[in-house]
Formats: sequence, C-alpha cells, structure tokens
Amino acid sequence: MYKYDTYDQAMVDARVEEFRDQVRRRLEGHITEDQFKPLRLMNGLYLQLHAYMLRVAIPYGTLSSAQMRMLGDIADKYDRGYGHFTTRQNIQYNWIKLEDAGDILADLASVEMHAIQTSGNCIRNTTSDQYAGAAADEVVDPRPYAELIRQWSTFHPEFSFLPRKFKMAVIASDIDRAAMKLHDIGIQIVRNDAGEIGAAFYVGGGMGRTPMIAPCINPFVPIDQFITYSEACLRVYNRYGRRDNKYKARIKILVHELGKDEYTRQVEEEFAHLLSQNIEPPLAELERIKAMFADPPFEAGAPDELDRSDPDFALWVDNNCVTHKQPGYIAATISLKPVGGIPGDASGEQIRLMADLARQYSFDELRVTHAQNIVLPHVKKADLYALWQVLEANGLGTPNLDLVGDIIACPGLDYCSLANARSIPVAQKISQRLSGKAQEIGELKLKISGCINACGHHHAGHIGILGVDRKGVENYQLLLGGSEAADTSLGQITGPGFDEDGIVDAVEKATQVYLANKEGGERFLDTYRRIGMAPFKEAIYG
Amino acid sequence: MKILTGNDLKTGAVTWWDGVQWSLHVEDAVDVGEHADTILAREMAARRVNAAYAIEAVKDEQGVRPAHIKDRIRAFGPTVRPDLTLKPADPTAGDWVI
Amino acid sequence: MAEVQFRFRTDEPVADPAVTVDSFGEQSNAAAVRLEPGDDARDLLPHLDRLQLIEVNFPVFGDGRGYSAARILREAGYTGELRAVGDVLVDQIAFLRRCGFDAFAPEVPLDPADAEGAFTRFAEVYQPTTDGRAAIWAKRHG
Repeated sequence: MYKYDTYDQAMVDARVEEFRDQVRRRLEGHITEDQFKPLRLMNGLYLQLHAYMLRVAIPYGTLSSAQMRMLGDIADKYDRGYGHFTTRQNIQYNWIKLEDAGDILADLASVEMHAIQTSGNCIRNTTSDQYAGAAADEVVDPRPYAELIRQWSTFHPEFSFLPRKFKMAVIASDIDRAAMKLHDIGIQIVRNDAGEIGAAFYVGGGMGRTPMIAPCINPFVPIDQFITYSEACLRVYNRYGRRDNKYKARIKILVHELGKDEYTRQVEEEFAHLLSQNIEPPLAELERIKAMFADPPFEAGAPDELDRSDPDFALWVDNNCVTHKQPGYIAATISLKPVGGIPGDASGEQIRLMADLARQYSFDELRVTHAQNIVLPHVKKADLYALWQVLEANGLGTPNLDLVGDIIACPGLDYCSLANARSIPVAQKISQRLSGKAQEIGELKLKISGCINACGHHHAGHIGILGVDRKGVENYQLLLGGSEAADTSLGQITGPGFDEDGIVDAVEKATQVYLANKEGGERFLDTYRRIGMAPFKEAIYG
Repeated sequence: MKILTGNDLKTGAVTWWDGVQWSLHVEDAVDVGEHADTILAREMAARRVNAAYAIEAVKDEQGVRPAHIKDRIRAFGPTVRPDLTLKPADPTAGDWVI
Repeated sequence: MAEVQFRFRTDEPVADPAVTVDSFGEQSNAAAVRLEPGDDARDLLPHLDRLQLIEVNFPVFGDGRGYSAARILREAGYTGELRAVGDVLVDQIAFLRRCGFDAFAPEVPLDPADAEGAFTRFAEVYQPTTDGRAAIWAKRHG
C-alpha cells in the first residue's frame, strides 16, 4: 500500500488548517454561504437534507486496517454510529456538524486520509478495480498509476474550476470491474506486442442525464507520458467545455459535440505542446510508488484446497470469493447488503470489525467496491472458514455478491437534497421479495438511483430503476439491459413508471420472464440481449 | 400557509421558524404570510440559520405538514432509520410523511 | 476599475488602459490587452514581445478558463505582467499565482492577512508549472 512521505503528509496537514480557517471565516461571518459553498464542497462537505454530509476520499478504494478503524471511530465520535460506502469507493457520513469538520479532517490526516476534491468542479477521487493486486487476470497492478494521478490531480492549479466535476478510473485488466468506460476519463493500462506498458485512454463517458459510453481516443499512450496526456485532455476540456448550461457541462457533451475525432485532434495538438513543458513525473517516481504496492509476503505452497463440508460456507465461497493470482489465497467480498438492509451502510462497530479481520487475515488491507461492498483481497484459503464464521456471526456473511440482493442504491430522498424519490426502501423491498430466489436467478446487477444524476448507476444495471418526482409523488421507471462491465451498455426504459409496490412487482415479473426463457448458462442480461424488450414489456404491462 | 425552514449553521440540524427563533420541530412552524423574504434575509445575515427558504404547508389537528415530500422527510428524518428521527420511540410518528 | 492589490513584480506598472482582444489587432501600439473567458489566449502569441500587461478577467470565480489562458501565455514565454481581475477571491489566488499570474486586482479587496495565508499555506506542490517551483517528485528524485 502507498505510504505518505513527509511531503504528502504536509499537504494534507496544510489542508486541514486551510479548511479550519475557511470554516472559521464562515462561522464568523467574513464570507457568505455563496462564497463558502464551493470551498466546503471542494472538501467534500455538503449540506444535505438533515445535516452536513462529509464525503471522505478512499483513493482507488484501498484502505489499511488503521484507516478503516479510523473510519469506524469517526462514525461513532462525530456521526450517529454509521457510515455509507458509495459507488465511487468513498465513504459518506450523514450527520456531520460544521464545527467538527476541522477535527474530523485532522483525525483523517493522522491516518493519511483526507476529503480533498471529493466534490466540486475538479478532478475527483480516482477509482479502480477492487481486486487490483490480487486478480489473476490483470496485466499489472493499476493502483500505482492511480496514485500518480492522485498526486497530479491534488490541488491542480489549472483544473480546480472546471466546467463540471471530473471522474477518472484506472484498470489493468480486460475484465472491467470499475465501469471504466462510464467515466470522464477511463484508463486501461495495457501491454503492447513489444512488451511495453502503456495507457489506453477512453474519454467522454458518464451517466447522469445524458449517459454515454466513452470512446477510445488513444489505444496506447506510452506510460512515461500518460500524465502529460491527461493534462492535455483536461486542458482542452477546461477551455472548451460548455459553461452556459450545467447540464451540458460534462466532458461527454464536449466530446459528443466536437466529435471524437476533432476532440482527439485537439488533445493531440495540446499534448505535442505540453511534451515540451516537462510536466511528466520521471519513471523513478512511478517505480517508487510501485515498490509500495509490491505483493505482501504470501506463503509459498499454501494449501489450495478448501474444506467445503459446511454448505452455508460453501455457498458463501462460491458467491463471494474470486480466484487469486497466488495459489492458496482468495479474494473475499464482505457483502454490505444483508436481506432488507440499507445498501452500503455499516456501523462503526462493523467497520472496526472489518479492520480487525483485515489485520488478521488479509495483510492489513481492505478495498471498497463500486458496488458498495468491502473486499479482503488476500485471504489464505486455510483461514477462510474461520474468517467466514466471524463475518456470519456479525451480520456480514450474506452470500449474495452480484446476485439480485446485491443492489446498488444511492442514498435517495431519505438523505439527499438532489433526490426526487427514495431509493433505499425500494432496494429493501426488492431484496426481501427476491432474495429467496437469488440463487436460481443467478447474476443480476440491479441498480437504483433516486434522480437522474445517476449516482446509483441505473443506466448500467442489468435491471435499473430511476426514481422521479411525478407531481409530488414518488414514481419509478424501469430500465433493462445495462452493463458497466467490459461489455458496457446502457439500459432501455421499459415504459411508464410505477409506484413503490408496482416497481417491486415489475422487477419480479422481469425475473420470471428471464427464468422462463433462459437457455443454458445464460445470465439475465444474456437472455435480455437475445430475446429483446418485447417479452418483458408484455409481462410487465400486459 | 407559508413557513420557513433551513439548517443550523453550526450543526446543520433542520430548523423551522417559530416566529421568534428557529425550532427543531416542524410543529412549531408559524405562517409568515408576506414576510418570508424579510425574515430570511435578516436571519441568514445574522447567521442564525443557513440556506433557509420558504415553503407551502398546511396545518391540521396533527400539526404543520409541509406540502412537498422532500420537506416532509426533512421534518421527520430518514424514513429508513426511524431510530434516528426526532421521535424514535413512536412507531407511527412518520405515518404522515409519505 | 479595481485597484491592483497585490503585485509580485518590481518593474513599473503599465499606464495604458487594456484594450479588448478584438480591437488589439488593429492597434499595433497597444501594450496592454484584456482577455475575457471566451477569448483564445493563443491569438496573442504572435504579439507577446510588444505586450507588457495582459489582464485576464474572471466575471465569476467559478469560470476557470482564465487559468488555462495564463498557463498558455507563460508556457509561450510571456514575461510581462499577468493580472487577474474581477471576481478574484482569496481561495483562488494561490492557484492563480501558480498558473502565472503576478498581479491581482480583485473587485472586492481581500483581507491582507487572509491573502498572505493563502499565498504561503502550501509549502510544496505536486505539479510543475512555469512558476519556478519544483514539483514534489523532482525533490524526491533530485
């Protein structure tokens, strides 16, 4: 894992003092709320429905035990005993007091964490593959590249007042677990035929009210130029992205309006200029970072067999664990989606427990996934049963990864001032209704957003649900056929919306159509793609 | 009726204008009639409230009920965590919200 | 016209009023020009040698195009005064300085102590620009 040196630490420490000063100026009346708002937002502090909400950055979703423990402590000390893990691999606290914000940031800084650029029209926290460093299918560990982006983007002087927010994701596998093509910039680290490492740039993806899949604008940027290339992509956007209409201000609109070829031409021209400016960190810096992401000391020859005699354990292993690159090890997902629970929420106590388990069983490391679960990336198979027993005893052993109960949901109108409808109650009802059939239904990614900003990734759900406000009443639209994986696709709306109970019925009917029509090993998505929308519409509206 | 709501500047807590000061309880909200803008400007300038605005509401025997669902949820708390609302002990406290 | 509140140069300020980019082309004796957010800073590059003052206007602080304009001018070798004018707030000035601005004429004057704090708060920087400060990576691998 990355460790701060004195430079990194000084940066977050200075930020704490800066924010304390900004809060002081606001509380003393030297600045208005209009002036303070962009400042607090650039530190992830929102004013939500019930209180201030603080979003804490978890760079590329990677945490140490000490960091995770601190997140649990903050939940208890400053919030109301819980936190919410988000689809951007961050954590949010819902009940923060403005007067405590400085102290919270100081506590975070003590474990090398911060809330820098978790909101605002700047480059946000970079996301990545939750199995980075553990996945058998990766070309390299993508996190050193994401860390390099973190440093480059932190307080970037030119790109702190962009037309709109800017999200980047970095992966290094053909299996996309980070919805890379649905980001402003998605980077896939690749190896070319000559064996060299480079970065494929996908620019202009996104969800929100105008969902778009990012086109590849350059399949191979040499790795010793990829920061410069990123700078070129951002400069063209900062200069020409639309500022007249916030709903058309994301880079996806610029790329779409200019056309991919013209945008690429402008980027390449800016890139050629910027190469002369020597802004690229040297490869030695990448090597310094890489060394901190070296493999943990895996035990050679650790036994690769598992005792599957406990059927509940075997089910959890089959559903929640994935193959590790190191024989004898496995990556285990802790589901934060208990049946009928609130997706992504964890109590302070649970957070500390997961921290302890990571220390004991996973070389001190955890990951947050964009599906709002937690991963212990490096568990010895010989320890897995003991780990599972502790999880199971503490409500963290739900065996539902990628099944119908593993629902992504934004906070919705229960917490969010932008929302038009509640997301969580819908997730809870669907989870309760369908979890009994989850094994039979198999992989089904269900994603719920409470407004068109799409924090719940509804466009990219095999089944997506969008909450809207219809004359002051919550209404839910159903989408089918989206995917955020390597086969990225955008869901299509089935037709008129439903009330809360109606949407639960509609989802159930959609799963029945799938079960009646599936062939062989087809997933829900495969069947939908083969038979199309018509049979689903007929069942739902007929 | 027209009532005023906002958040406490320091704590962020949802508050309602009761005619004298800002209360945590929507039941205390009073009709401000034509005076909304004057009160809002004065109170925000004095930093006794943050991000305050006027909304429509009705008053019946149960109490003051904001017209829009968003403000009803603000008045009650998250519907999925009744334990965190202002009346955690009363299971029917949120019946009017949705 | 707001006063220049901070200036990090020792030469004499230009007395000429700044002209718009449109009219600049026709007035070959103008030494000062004013860039609006929609203007292309690169249009000025052929004339940098006769320019002593470029004002970059920020009608609203959230419009960040002027940051790119400043860097483009400095990267092209412009050494004259680069002045940020308009809705320039204390929490923007450190970024502006890094992008090459060396004079600040905020519409509403800034608290001098707050401004001093903003200019000096971050001792180190992650990115190299033309402001001469070494990036952290350069110090790590010096």
